[in-house]
Amino acid sequence: MTDLIDELEALEREGREAISGARDAAALEAARVRLLGRKDGRLTAILRRLGDLSPEERPRVGAAANRVKEVLTGLLEARAVEVEGGAAQAAGIDPTLPGRRPWRGARHPVTQVMDEIYAIFRSLGFTRARGPEAETDWYNFTALNTPLDHPAADMHDTFYLAPGVLLRSHTSPVQIRTMQAYRPPIRIIAPGMVYRRDPFDASHAPGFDQLEGLVVDEGVSLVDLKATLAEFARRLFGPEARVRFRPSFFPFTEPSAEVDVSCFLCGAKGCPACKGTGWMEIMGAGMVDPAVFEAVGYDPERYTGFAFGMGPGRIALQRYGIPDIRLLYESDVRFLEQFS
Amino acid sequence: MDISYRWLKSLAPGLVAAPEEVAERLAMYGAPVDALVRLDAEIRDIVIARVIEARRHPNADRLSLCQVDAGTGEVLSVVCGAPNVRPGGIYPFAPVGASLPGGVTIRKAKIRGEESQGMLCSARELGLGRDHEGILELHGDFTPGESFVEAVGLDDVRIVVDVTANRPDLLSHLGIARELAPGGVAGVTLPPLPAGANSQAVVDFRAEARFETRTDAAEVGGVQITIQDPDLCLRYMGAVIRGVRVGPSPEWLATRLRAIGLRPINNVVDATNYTLHELGQPLHAFDLDRLEGPEIRVRRAAAGEAIVTLDGERRALEPGMLVIADASRPVAVAGVMGGENSEVTESTRDVLLECALFDPAATRRTRRALGLSTDASYRYERGVDPDGMETACRRAVELILSVAGGRAEPVVADVYPARLEPAVITLRPARAAHLLGVPVGAPEIVDLLTPLGFEVLEAGDAALRVRVPGHRRYDVTREVDLIEEVARRYGYDNFPDELRAYRPNTVPEDPIALLEDRLRSFLVARGFLESRTMGFAAESEGDVALVNPLSSAESRLRRALLPGLIHRLEHNFAHGQRNVRLFEIGTAFAPGPAGGLPVETTRLAVIFTGARYAAHWSEPAAPFDVWDLKGLLEDLALELGLGAGAVEPSGVEPLFIPALAFRVVAPDGTMVGEGGQVAPERVDAPAWAGSIWGLEIQLSAAMATRPTPAFHELPAFPAIERDLALLVPDQTPAAAVEATIRAAGGAHLRDIEPFDVYRGPGVPEGSRSIAYRLRFRAQDRTLTDREVDSAVGRVLHRLRDEHGVQRRG
Repeated sequence: MTDLIDELEALEREGREAISGARDAAALEAARVRLLGRKDGRLTAILRRLGDLSPEERPRVGAAANRVKEVLTGLLEARAVEVEGGAAQAAGIDPTLPGRRPWRGARHPVTQVMDEIYAIFRSLGFTRARGPEAETDWYNFTALNTPLDHPAADMHDTFYLAPGVLLRSHTSPVQIRTMQAYRPPIRIIAPGMVYRRDPFDASHAPGFDQLEGLVVDEGVSLVDLKATLAEFARRLFGPEARVRFRPSFFPFTEPSAEVDVSCFLCGAKGCPACKGTGWMEIMGAGMVDPAVFEAVGYDPERYTGFAFGMGPGRIALQRYGIPDIRLLYESDVRFLEQFS
Repeated sequence: MDISYRWLKSLAPGLVAAPEEVAERLAMYGAPVDALVRLDAEIRDIVIARVIEARRHPNADRLSLCQVDAGTGEVLSVVCGAPNVRPGGIYPFAPVGASLPGGVTIRKAKIRGEESQGMLCSARELGLGRDHEGILELHGDFTPGESFVEAVGLDDVRIVVDVTANRPDLLSHLGIARELAPGGVAGVTLPPLPAGANSQAVVDFRAEARFETRTDAAEVGGVQITIQDPDLCLRYMGAVIRGVRVGPSPEWLATRLRAIGLRPINNVVDATNYTLHELGQPLHAFDLDRLEGPEIRVRRAAAGEAIVTLDGERRALEPGMLVIADASRPVAVAGVMGGENSEVTESTRDVLLECALFDPAATRRTRRALGLSTDASYRYERGVDPDGMETACRRAVELILSVAGGRAEPVVADVYPARLEPAVITLRPARAAHLLGVPVGAPEIVDLLTPLGFEVLEAGDAALRVRVPGHRRYDVTREVDLIEEVARRYGYDNFPDELRAYRPNTVPEDPIALLEDRLRSFLVARGFLESRTMGFAAESEGDVALVNPLSSAESRLRRALLPGLIHRLEHNFAHGQRNVRLFEIGTAFAPGPAGGLPVETTRLAVIFTGARYAAHWSEPAAPFDVWDLKGLLEDLALELGLGAGAVEPSGVEPLFIPALAFRVVAPDGTMVGEGGQVAPERVDAPAWAGSIWGLEIQLSAAMATRPTPAFHELPAFPAIERDLALLVPDQTPAAAVEATIRAAGGAHLRDIEPFDVYRGPGVPEGSRSIAYRLRFRAQDRTLTDREVDSAVGRVLHRLRDEHGVQRRG
C-alpha cells in the first residue's frame, strides 16, 4: 500500500513541475493527458491497482488519489488562465525591466553598530540601563571620584544649564544611578547621548553617542575585565582581531586601561586611520575605584567590579570609512540610504 | 610632553632601545606616544657656513649681499633677506642642490641682478620651530662646511608623549627616564653639564652651597624671602647669582630646547626652561636689581592689584590669587607667569632664582581665572615633587653659572613652612590578588615597585609597608593605587583573559530601550530612514537654556523633536531631495523644578514628503496624503498598545494645518502625540516640494508591554454581507455614523468597512455618499437572510432618527 501512496506523492510532485513548466496551451494539454488522461494517464494506472489492495487499505489510498486529482486539476485550470493571459500580454512585456519595490528604510549606521554591541553583551548576561542626559555635577563628576578642581575634570569641557546642573559629559553617571537603584550582581550597558563643548568639525561633535558598561559583584577581577572585553572585541571585530590592553587613567577606575584592537582597515600593517601603529583605540575601561563604591554606599572590601566606555559613532566612522563625523548628524537621505 | 631621545638617553645611559621601541614600551606603561618626529630627516643637506662679509644689495634695500664660507674652498655669493645677518656670524646654510623640509630644492638664482649660490636658513625653514624673525645664528665653535645636523647634535628624535592627568611625574625627561631606564630609578643619572668658561664657579657652588631651611622667612644675599600664605605656597627656595652676562645660549643648550619645540630666548631663561623640562621643576629668574626691597613676599593679591605678565598682557588680579611680590607690588603670578617689571633682560647683572612649590588647586583656579596656561602652571596644578626641589635648584644655578657666568651666593634660602612627609601605605598581597585575579606574592611586589622609587619598609606575607617617593605623592595615596602600579608594571598583556562563570544580573532590561528597538524595526520596514541629531535648539524651539552655548542657534535644549526634523528636511530640500522619510527617537527637555534637573521625555518623531512609493515605470508617482499620515498614526497607536481608536482629529495645532491635524490619546485620556500636515509657514521649502507630513509621540515604559493578544475561535459558519450606500450630511462625521451602525447592528454585526465615498450627480448638495460593507456572522449557526435584513432595518432606522441619514436610492 505504501508503494501506491509514494507513487501518488511522486505523481503530485512531477505534476506540479510539469504544469508550471508548460509554456502554452498545447504543452499544458499534453501534460493533462499524461497525468490525468482517462485511458493512459498516470493516475488511472494507479487507480487500476486499487483492486489489489485489502478492503481496509483501499479507502485510504482512494482518498489520497482523489486529493492528488483535485490538486492537479486546480493547478491545470489556473495555469490555463495564466498561459492564455500570458500569451495576450507577452507581446507588451519586457521582463528585463525592473520590478516594483517599496521604499527601503534604514537604521542609522550608529544604531546598527549599537545593535551589534547590544547583541554581544546580551549574550554575555548584560541588560540595558538608562539615565538622564541632564545631570548634576555630583553624578557626572563628584561621585565618579573627579573633584571639580582637579585637572581630570578638564578632560571634558562641559555644557552647564545652571550652577551644579550640566549635560552629562559621559554615560558614567548611569553607573552611579544603577548602583543606587539595584544591588549586585550588576551587569549593565548604558547607551546614550553625551555632550562636550567641542566645536563641530570633521572629528568632533558637541553631542555624540556613548556606551557605558558596568559589572559589580563579589570577586570580580581584572582578569574578568580582560576576558569579557576581549571576548566582546573578538565578536565585534572578528575572531582574527587581536586585542591589547594598555594602562591608562580615568578618575573613576583603578587600575584603568585603554583597549586597542588590531586595525581592521589595514590588517594591522599601519595606516592613517591607526596613525601607523596598527592598533585602534576602541574603549576605556578599568576596575571600579573604591571611592566610587563609597559614594554609592557599597563596601569596597566586599564588592569589586569593572566599567568600560566606548563611542559607537567612532566605531561606525572607522568601520564604514566615513571621513567626517558631521555626516552622522546631518540626516542627509543620500547618506542614510547607503545603510539600508 | 615633548621628549628629546638624545636628552632622554643622557639621563638613562643604560637605555639602548631605539625610539620605536621606546614608544612601544611607553604605550604599554600607560603613556602612549602620539608621534615620533625625526628632526634631521629633511635637513641632512644643510651645512655650517660663516658670513665673511655682508653689504647692502645694490638693487634692494631690504636684501643683503653676502660673501659666505661654506667650507668648499671658494667664497660663495649669497643674497639674504634676513635683518640679523652680520659679518662673522655662523648660520645653517643650504648650498645649491640641497633640499629643505617641504621638498624645496635650492637652485642657483639671480635675485635682483645678483647671483645667489645658496640660502642662509631660519629655524622655521629647517622645521625647528616657528621662529621666522631672522636666520638662525649659531653660537659656539663651528667649522664651515661640516654637517649642521652633526655639528649641533640634531640627529635626534622628538617623542611626543601623551601624559595622563594623574602622572605629573612624567612631565620631564627625568620622569620618562625613571620609567624606562634598566633598573628604574637606580639607572637614572644627572649628566654632567658641558664644561664652560665659568666651570670654576660651578665647582665652587657645588662645594659650598648650603640650603638654609626656615619655616616662615629666610634671607639670601641680602634678599628677605617671606611666605605669608603657607596654605598656597608650600615651599619657596631662592638663590642669588651675581654678575651674569645675559646673551644667547650656547648651541648645545639651544639645540636641546629646539629639539623639544621650544624657542631659545636668552641664556638665563633658557637655563630655567632646560631645568623644567629635564627635572619637571618650574623655575623663574628675576632681575634682582628690579626687585624693590630687595624682598620677596609670597602672598595673596590685594584688591585692585594688577600685573603686566611676560606676554605683555595687563592682568587684573583677584584677591585670593597667589602672587610673588617685592616690597611694594606683584612681580609674578605664582606658578603661572612672571611679570614684565622684574623680567631678566640684556642688561640684567644679578639674578634671583625662584624654585617653589605652589598648591595645585589654587594654581588651577588662578590659571583658569586668567585664561593663561603655561609650562609652569601645567605642572603645578598636577603636582610637583617637593623632594626634587633641591636638586632642581642646584641644577638650575649650576646651569646659569655655566652658560651666563657670574658667581652664586653659597647660601640658598629655603622657606618650608610644613615639611611634606612621604606617605607610607599598607599593601596586602591578598587584596592585590583579589582585585587583579592572579596571585601576586610579596617578593614579586617588591621587585615591581622598587624600580619606580617606592621603598618597601616591611615585606610581610600578609602586608607590605611602602613609602611613596615625592614624585608619586599626588597619584599614589591608597592601597589600590599601589595595586595599579603592580598591575601596570606586571604588564596587562600578561594577565589571562579566559571567561569565567558569572552570577546573573539583578537589573531588568530598560523597557524604553525595548520599545525603541521595536519602533525602529516598524519604521524601517515601512521605508523610513533613521535620523540621529543632537538635543540643541534655537531659543524659539527650547525652554531649557544652556549657560555656555556654542552658538545662539544651539542655545537651548529642544522641547520637541519634530522642529529639528523639519530642519533636517530643509537640509535635504537644499540638496534637491524631494522624497524624504525620516524618523528619530530621542530626548526632549522641559524645565524642571527650581534648582533641579530638567524633565526629560523620550519621543518618536517622523516626517515624510514626496512620493508614497518608489518610482516605478508602470504607474505615475502618487504623493503621500492625509490617509498615509492617519494610517501611520493608527498603526503606531496599535504598536504602542493604545488601540486604533486613540487617533482623533484635533483641529488646532500651531505646527499643523488645523483641518489636517490629529492627536493620539492614551486610554487614560492624556494626549501622548500629535500629527498632521505641517503648516507651510513652518518649513523653508522650495516651490517644487510636496506636502509635508509629520508626527511626534511621547514614549513611556507602559507602551513597551503590548496587551497580550486574546484568541478568538475561528468562524465555523459563513458570514452574510450587506452593502449600504448612505447619504450623509456634510456636518455629520463618518465616525458618528459608524458608531450608530455598531450600536444598532446587534450582536452578530462583526465588521463595518467603508469602501467608497462619493459626491456628485445623484447626491444632493450638502451631503456625500458613504458606502459601507456590513458583515454579519453568528458563532453557532448560519444566519438567515431574515435575521440580517431585520438588523439592517434597525440600523437604517437609527441612522435616520439620529443623523437624518438616508439610504441612497
